[in-house]
Amino acid sequence: MTSADFATVLPELILAVFAMAALLGAVYTGKDEMTGVLTWSTAGIFVALALWIGLGTGADRIAFGGMFIDDSFARFAKVTILLSAAAVLLIGQDYMIRRDLGRFEYPVLVTLAVVGMMMMVSAGDLMALYMGLELQSLALYVVTALRRDNARSTEAGLKYFVLGALSSGLLLYGASLTYGYAGTTLFSGILSTVNDDVPLGLLFGLVFMLAGLAFKVSAAPFHMWTPDVYEGAPTPVTAFLATAPKVAAMALIARLAFDAFGGVPADWTQVLAALAIASMFWGAVAAIGQRDIKRLMAYSSIAHMGFALVGLAAGTAGGVQAMLIYMAIYVTMNIGTFAFILSMERNGKPVTEIASLNLFSKTDPLKAMAMLVLLFSLAGVPPMLGFFGKFYVLRAAVDADMAWLALAGAIASVIGAFYYLRIVFYMYFGREVDTLDTPMAPAQWLALVAVAAAMLLGIVNLFGIEPAAALAAQALVG
Amino acid sequence: MDNLLSLITFLPGTAALILALFLRGEDAAAQRNARWLALVATSATFVLSLGLLAGFDPADTGFQFVEQADWIVGLQYRMGVDGISILFVMLTTFLMPLTILSCWTVETRVKDYMIAFLVLETLMLGVFCALDLVLFYLFFEAGLIPMFLIIGIWGGKDRIYASFKFFLYTFLGSVLMLVAMMAMYQAAGTTCIGGCETSLLTTDFAHDDLRIAGVTVTGGLQTLLWLAFFASFAVKMPMWPVHTWLPDAHVQAPTAGSVVLAAILLKLGGYGFLRFSLPMFPVASDLLAPLVFWLSAIAIVYTSLVALAQTDMKKLIAYSSVAHMGYVTMGIFTANQQGIDGAIFQMISHGFISGALFLCVGVIYDRMHTREIDAYGGLVSRMPAYALIFMFFTLANVGLPGTSGFVGEFLTLMGIFQVNTWVAVVATSGVILSAAYALWLYRRVAFGALVKEALMTIRDIDRRERAIFAPLVVMTLFLGIYPAAVTDIIGPSVANLIEDYREDVPLGTSVAALHE
Repeated sequence: MTSADFATVLPELILAVFAMAALLGAVYTGKDEMTGVLTWSTAGIFVALALWIGLGTGADRIAFGGMFIDDSFARFAKVTILLSAAAVLLIGQDYMIRRDLGRFEYPVLVTLAVVGMMMMVSAGDLMALYMGLELQSLALYVVTALRRDNARSTEAGLKYFVLGALSSGLLLYGASLTYGYAGTTLFSGILSTVNDDVPLGLLFGLVFMLAGLAFKVSAAPFHMWTPDVYEGAPTPVTAFLATAPKVAAMALIARLAFDAFGGVPADWTQVLAALAIASMFWGAVAAIGQRDIKRLMAYSSIAHMGFALVGLAAGTAGGVQAMLIYMAIYVTMNIGTFAFILSMERNGKPVTEIASLNLFSKTDPLKAMAMLVLLFSLAGVPPMLGFFGKFYVLRAAVDADMAWLALAGAIASVIGAFYYLRIVFYMYFGREVDTLDTPMAPAQWLALVAVAAAMLLGIVNLFGIEPAAALAAQALVG
Repeated sequence: MDNLLSLITFLPGTAALILALFLRGEDAAAQRNARWLALVATSATFVLSLGLLAGFDPADTGFQFVEQADWIVGLQYRMGVDGISILFVMLTTFLMPLTILSCWTVETRVKDYMIAFLVLETLMLGVFCALDLVLFYLFFEAGLIPMFLIIGIWGGKDRIYASFKFFLYTFLGSVLMLVAMMAMYQAAGTTCIGGCETSLLTTDFAHDDLRIAGVTVTGGLQTLLWLAFFASFAVKMPMWPVHTWLPDAHVQAPTAGSVVLAAILLKLGGYGFLRFSLPMFPVASDLLAPLVFWLSAIAIVYTSLVALAQTDMKKLIAYSSVAHMGYVTMGIFTANQQGIDGAIFQMISHGFISGALFLCVGVIYDRMHTREIDAYGGLVSRMPAYALIFMFFTLANVGLPGTSGFVGEFLTLMGIFQVNTWVAVVATSGVILSAAYALWLYRRVAFGALVKEALMTIRDIDRRERAIFAPLVVMTLFLGIYPAAVTDIIGPSVANLIEDYREDVPLGTSVAALHE
């Protein structure tokens, strides 16, 4: 261990130290009164780190004997994670305070979860992978049950914890099998002893690990927890669950697939393709009957993860690039959408029924228009940015001679379009009912309108993330 | 001007943006401002497009007014027009101001209404001008959004069902096309439609037989691509048996929505066939042309018969549109000069005539708020001017010589007669049927004794309505008497298209022979 190693993990160190200092500081001073300051400073430090990581020109570095990898791929994922976490903290703050949820632990736990995610995307070793994953998961279990006097929220937290522990078990079992057959936990060494055929035990290990990770990205058929947890968790937490952890877990799958098992793509592309198809279709079909917008967003995220997996299933650098762009667009859309959902309330009480949006376009045309753009973008209708996300992944699949996968994705996107249209239908064609309140916290309003504008303006050049994603994919696939 | 096309395309959209951002309130003044801004913007677009027509050189069969800029994903922003697309641009810019005028009396959410139409115009113009595959798809698909809202917000009683059906039908067709586009990109290595060093129009897509899951696909990749494009364009067109969204959408759409739908949106399918299916997949087109012929022939006869049984005026005209589009698809795949000239001519002419017919229905719907044919009768005695105009367009719809409707039908039938006599015979019977339903409709609405109490006080058309109909009458007559105005412009490009087509599929050979 040298100082170079520590220099490589400096951003993670800073965040971890910040989290602990914030915890101690808040406990010894104003406790929950500090929440506002803490939230803002956490968001600030996220943005600062994102800028540092994103603008830094650093070459690829490997620390701790290969356990921690700092390359363009990790940096792309980290910037996405940090920025989305900062945005989610800010749009949720008003909601948290007004619902008496303004606990100082929330920003601290989010920080710890983000540290875990940053570890995940940089993992170069099965142990590092597991450490990062668990740090993230444990923090998420707690924030899900943040409203501890509410049965739904605690139920969600418990459900998430039990199923999450199961999936971690699967992952660990896979990891131990892999270690047993490969004799190393380093990604770079796993296939080094394999000559021609991959031993069956190693394959089992791979499949178990993929199953454990599929749970984390809520890919069907490992998605059961998603709707309940999304519905039960406080909405700002739901927003968080739907964004940064998904990016981290998706990046982790990419890491595992390409860094550890890159030599045998045929063994995992079919697994990922099956997960992708199941998620796209189940996410699309099951969302049709939903009446609660948070549950609907849960199924929507399942379907979106399916599309992102299509990119990975292609098994090419183009596919990884497509997945990264897809995830970046996906989290952006979700931040805007959740900013809107957070602001849905009637007489000061939060509502989440879709039917309460009846004729919202008359109550507040601008917000309705912004939401319309977001919904069409989520559905993947051009010219919104959401279409380009789908375009990238489907093209990656076609380029990898998997036209059937692209075809399946295309058909699933039509089924999926239906439920997004249903929200549009309520907002624009519905009947007059008790209208929702129109005031909205400035941060939410800004997030909603800015994201909607970005969905339209982004088609000019995708805000330049395309070359960055290409570089990241290059770093991973080589 | 170097970027005239972009200017024309995005002018209405810019006006929509201005409306969305700067116009506040729902009072009378705001409504008036919204209407006038929309009218001025669409009229200005038309004036600019006249410049396009003036600067267009019909003898040049390549793309003109080409603009190019780099875009994301290695794609290009490429716009341009040739003899095939320029008239569709003109049709769109010509009809939009009239459409805006026709919805002058709409009073609910005027601002949103105008925004939707302006955005729609930009997107439709984009479809006709786009020279990059993905750019084309972008405009093509995005047009669904405003149309979905137009039907859903301002439509009739069953508007929700109709809007969803419209959206999902066309969306399904289009995503299949999207997958095909990606396969084309993979095969050709470019998304440029035409006029580049390597372009899709000059790419020879593989047409060796493929075996997929034990089934032999004759024509291979070309057939698969052709079918995927067909799925999209056939729904847009719409062809029998995927036409069922159209009557629903038409009946529920407001008048202006129907006009745009019938006059312009239906042409996107035909334009797609001409721009993609026929020139890019000639072998598959030749192979599958009989399928198109018979589907078209069935459409012509079947939908004409269905039209006879309608009790709702808009539905009747909608079915008549499907029948007329049957001539278009038939004409395109004859792959000879008369057939394709006729198909384009029919599309342009149908734009004027069906638009006008929907406006005619709109006029009496505005006054009586019903589209039931039985609710009318004897209108000629209270509304002589209206009866005259309605008569004129009814006859044009039937295809009376001297109106533009005749030229298109005649040319396509002549084209098909050279290729497949039996289809020509079946299709020709559609001419008689169309006379039957159109004239019968006219008799029930306009003639007979004026006995219905509610009709006693109905007003004849006013100055605004006359102003809308006048240009349509002029164009219908002008094109009927002097069809060369159209064929001179499209002729060289069409001839060029056929020449390229015949290089791949020589006249008199069947595809089976090509494969030996």
